[in-house]
This record gives sequence, structure tokens and C-alpha cells, in this order.
Amino acid sequence: MATFSTNEFKGGLKIMLDNDPCSIIENEFVKPGKGQAFNRVRIRNLKTGRVIERTFKSGDTVEGADVVDKEMQYLYSDGEFWHFMVPDTFEQYQADKNAVSDAIKWLKEQDVCTMTLWNDSPLSVTPPNFVELTITETDPGLKGDTSGGGGKPATLESGAVVRVPLFVQIGEVIKVDTRTGEYVSRVKE
Amino acid sequence: MLAAIRRFFEARDVLEVETPLLCPATGTDPQLDFFSSQFNSPPNRPTLFLQTSPEFAMKRLLAAGSGSIYQVCKAFRNGEAGRYHNPEFTILEWYRVGYDLRQLMAEVAELLQQLLQSFSAELPTKQISYQQLFLDSTGLDPLIFCVSDYQTYAVANSLPEANELCGNDHALWLDFIFSHRVQQMMDKDTIYLLHGYPAIQSSLARLNVDDSRISERFEVFINGVELGNGFYELADPLEQEARFDQEIAYRLSHGLPGVAKDDAFLQALKFGLPDCSGVAIGLDRLLMIALGSASISDVLAFPVARV
Repeated sequence: MATFSTNEFKGGLKIMLDNDPCSIIENEFVKPGKGQAFNRVRIRNLKTGRVIERTFKSGDTVEGADVVDKEMQYLYSDGEFWHFMVPDTFEQYQADKNAVSDAIKWLKEQDVCTMTLWNDSPLSVTPPNFVELTITETDPGLKGDTSGGGGKPATLESGAVVRVPLFVQIGEVIKVDTRTGEYVSRVKE
Repeated sequence: MLAAIRRFFEARDVLEVETPLLCPATGTDPQLDFFSSQFNSPPNRPTLFLQTSPEFAMKRLLAAGSGSIYQVCKAFRNGEAGRYHNPEFTILEWYRVGYDLRQLMAEVAELLQQLLQSFSAELPTKQISYQQLFLDSTGLDPLIFCVSDYQTYAVANSLPEANELCGNDHALWLDFIFSHRVQQMMDKDTIYLLHGYPAIQSSLARLNVDDSRISERFEVFINGVELGNGFYELADPLEQEARFDQEIAYRLSHGLPGVAKDDAFLQALKFGLPDCSGVAIGLDRLLMIALGSASISDVLAFPVARV
């Protein structure tokens, strides 16, 4: 794998740190007028999602991480693994619970997600920014309910629970922003 | 700001000078990388360097009897770009003949107060030694190198990489802890005049006559930002040449580009540099502070990413 010098550091660069793949968030050049130059880097551990700060001596090199993002279609889950497929090559990947983590509650079969691969094995799954899901359970609405004010919880087919306006009913399809977990609108069939 | 600087020095009878940006020799400081170019002067193509600071040329003027002088010019440092760095930046450098470090520090504070007064309320000044500030901020004594104490501090202050990075290098440990912790802990909106730098970081300053562990060097900080650096200038040509040789040897052993000693400068020292103190202030950073900018690119018309 390629190595990178500190002067190639920039946001988004994937490097290995303590044997884990990491992504650089922010790189700051620190140098006393008469002293050693450092690169102070904010970095996200792609395995754990934790953000840490780390300093390198300017000019030092670090090993790059073989991390790529691929668009994949979610196929099904067998309870232990979640199966995905690259639409053009039909290549299939199985992700474990760790990799899927929070994305689980937004996954709907056939939706296209972004899979992050490290050395060609699934590291994390990012659901589409917006998903359309059917409501499986919510309190019935009463006459006179409007879009204004209040709201109620609704369980979706994928298992996620979101707050929806009072007039939305079981069986309706709604659009949700997966980044915030917020209801966006009803979807007309 | 430039007009205010010129008024300040005019009132004090300090002469404005101009020296070449292109020089046949440059500083040997292993921490400074330079730009070099080829001068077409048949039959030769000598290498000329873009200055990293106007220090040597100005000292030649001082040795020639110029009296106190100042200059506003560009300085160039290769490979330096970031929130507080641009490879080409503006320096204000001045020398006061007959001044010791205390007098010069007082003048620096006065100048900064004047330059910043139209931007903010008057800033308090804090004069403190490097050792004291280091002790106050970290509990570590920067003049006594006790690796295990430094390591313990680093680990306890979420800098676990320090040990691997700094190893047994005292100066490196100081740079690391100072720039990562001490600078952040300085009071806001205060002019810090930090004096008595450790001798291992003396550069072109004299050593203190009473305590050889410290040098006659100071630095100016506001809001944790390093603005400038001043020396009670080393005038001993032999000592100067020895430091050059040391730094050149370091450069060679670390695979850095070799440089030649500035002979004209050493000649000037042999002829005699008057007792003087000098300081350089980064004007771009001063402007950042005056305007409250977060990045040096905010105060440059065309920062390096946009030239």
C-alpha cells in the first residue's frame, strides 16, 4: 500500500493508525518559528467511529489505508449477516452487525447504500440520505388533526421509529432523512 | 498599519532600510527550508536563495555603522503553509544599537499597543520567563531534562504519541509540549513577552552570562499565536561560525539540503557588530489578531493556495 508524507495530508485521506484504518478530518500545520514543524491531525477511526487528535513530525510518512466507498444494493439479512451486491458486477458482500451498526434500522431490500470497504471487506454501511418506508404501526389519527403542532411516534417496516404528524396513518409510505432521523413528507403511491 | 509602523520609527529616529530578497547564502537553521533559484550570469549560473529573513544583510549594515535600523519586507519559507503559515509573508525586523533585551521588549510592547489600539481595547502586557510559564502551565521544568517526567506529563495530557515522536531529544520535547499545550493555555487578549529561552533553542542569541542554560532570546505571543522573536545579538564571529558548522553538520546527517555559510556576514561580524538587540514580527499574523481572523489566508489578497 502507498505511503503518504505529512505534506500530502488533507481532509478525507485514509491512513493506517495503530493498525486501524482512519480518515483524516482536519490537518493543522504547527511550527514554532525556531523549531520543529508538526502536523496536528484530527482523525476518525473508521472501525470505531471515534475521533482522536494525533501529532506527526512534518516530513514523516504513514501507511495509507486501502479504504474505498462502493455503491451497493441491499439484498437481505439472514439474521447474522447483511448481504449486499454491487449492481454492475453482481459481486456480493456480507457485512456483520458491527459494520452495519446504526444503518440497520433504515435498510430496505433493494435500496442502494454506500459500503465502505477496507482491504475489500465491509467496514461500514451508510444508508441513502433519504429512504421511503411504509408505516407498520402508529396510533390512529383523529378527525380534525392537521399538520400543525404535536406529532406521534410511528414504527416503520425497517424497524426505525420516527416522529410523524398526527394525520399520517398505518400503511402509508413516508420519506425520512436518515442523517437526522426526521420525517420529511408522505409519498404518493 | 504600515503607515503607523513608519510613524513609530520615524519618531524614534530609526532608519528604514531595504536589503536584497535574493541572497547568495542563507540561514543554516535546519528547521527552515528555503527557496532557491538559478541566476543566469554567464559563464556561471550561481544559486541565489530567497531570504528566510533579512537578518544577515541587516547585521552587515549594523557592522558598517548604520546605527538603529528597521525594515518591512517579504520573507520566504519553503514548505510552510497552514492556518498560521504562508510560504511568503511580511516581516517587520528592527535592530536597536545599544539596547539590551529588556529595553527592546519594552519597545515591542509599545509598538504592539500602538498598532492594535485602533482595533481593540488596550491589551495588558505580561513579561514572564519561558521557564516560569512552562512550570506554571505544565509543572515541568524546561531547563532540566527528565525524560520520564516529560513522558508522564504527555500521557496524562492525552499526547500518547509524544514519546515515540520526541525520544531523547530535549529541544523536540520542549517544542512539542510548548506548541501543543503551553501556547493554548496563555491568557487571551494579552501581550506575552516570553524571555530566557533555553540555550538549546538559542539560535542567533547570546547566552546569559549568569546562567548558561538560558539564552538572551524572547518571543512575543498574543492569544497563543507566536508573533515574533528577538535576540540580544550574538556578535562573536567564532561562536557564530561554530553554530553554523553545527547546524550544517546536522543538515548533512539528516539528509537536508546543504547550505554554505554566509561569509560576507561572518566577515562583518569579524569587523565588529555593535552591541545591539533585534526582533522580527510577522505582520500578517499581527493583522490576523487585529481583525480576529481565524486563518492567515483571510488577511492575504492571494494566499498560496490561490496565487
